[in-house]
Amino acid sequence: MESDVLVVDDSAAIRKILQRVLRQTGMAIRNILEAGDGQEALELIKSRPVDLVLSDINMPKMDGIQLLAALKASAEWRSVPVVMITTEGGETKVSEAVRLGAAGYVRKPFTADQIKEKLVGILQPAPPL
Amino acid sequence: MNLEDIIAKSMNQSAVDVFSTMLGVELAAGAVTVESGTPEANDGVMSFIGLAGAWSGSGSLTCSPALACRICAQMLMMEVASVNEDVLDAVAELTNMIIGSVKNDLEAHLGPLGLSIPTVVFGRNFKTKSARTSEWIVLRFPWDHEVLVVKLCLAPSEKTAHAVTHMLGQTCPLEV
Repeated sequence: MESDVLVVDDSAAIRKILQRVLRQTGMAIRNILEAGDGQEALELIKSRPVDLVLSDINMPKMDGIQLLAALKASAEWRSVPVVMITTEGGETKVSEAVRLGAAGYVRKPFTADQIKEKLVGILQPAPPL
Repeated sequence: MNLEDIIAKSMNQSAVDVFSTMLGVELAAGAVTVESGTPEANDGVMSFIGLAGAWSGSGSLTCSPALACRICAQMLMMEVASVNEDVLDAVAELTNMIIGSVKNDLEAHLGPLGLSIPTVVFGRNFKTKSARTSEWIVLRFPWDHEVLVVKLCLAPSEKTAHAVTHMLGQTCPLEV
């Protein structure tokens, strides 16, 4: 089954890098959607369900922790896995994300292998050509 | 190792790691200086980001327009002819990752620190000044016949200055 993935980051550069990296993971990904902050992400999810969210933490308007809390508080979106991708290495924010139910986190700077490792078990591998 | 050395070492390692991981570029270690007073006028691209907590300050990354384009091209694997939105965004994100990594290292010594959203400036003959601190730890990284400058200024907030004096084993002016 192919999945739709939502990438949430206020940096267009990181969104572009993640688009490229996700396509290289060998996972069955149908669409990669983008949002520039948590608020934009929530609006997008309301109109179009996704199977996985990759989110930055430090963002304007609504940060990644607030987005994660909003998703986990909703019966409709609670089961959507959220992986945090962030420069934050401090115990406070990472612990908060884990407590709220994040499926994992990847520290920036990241390698393609680190992203792929987090997706194993969440997304299906692409069928062989 | 004093705090200045710890910060410089962390800045060096963070910049080298970020360039290696995100750009596939092996950056040589940067030369370290401590600079104070009013900075010289800048040309090119400068990105800066704020740090807050018991200690506060700013981190910045400065480079020429050509080097900024090269950073963007390496990072996004695309052709870049001139400074545009993609270039400014790539430089801002690079600053976020380098200074963010330094922040993570320093939290072990200084306690929790917050990181602001980066701001990036592109222009000529502009000056910058931190409102509180005038002493910067500066690292100059040579890359492709140009120089990438990474700076950080950090000082204890007034509430923690007294405690820091004791932490560093210095004579406390409040108790002389």
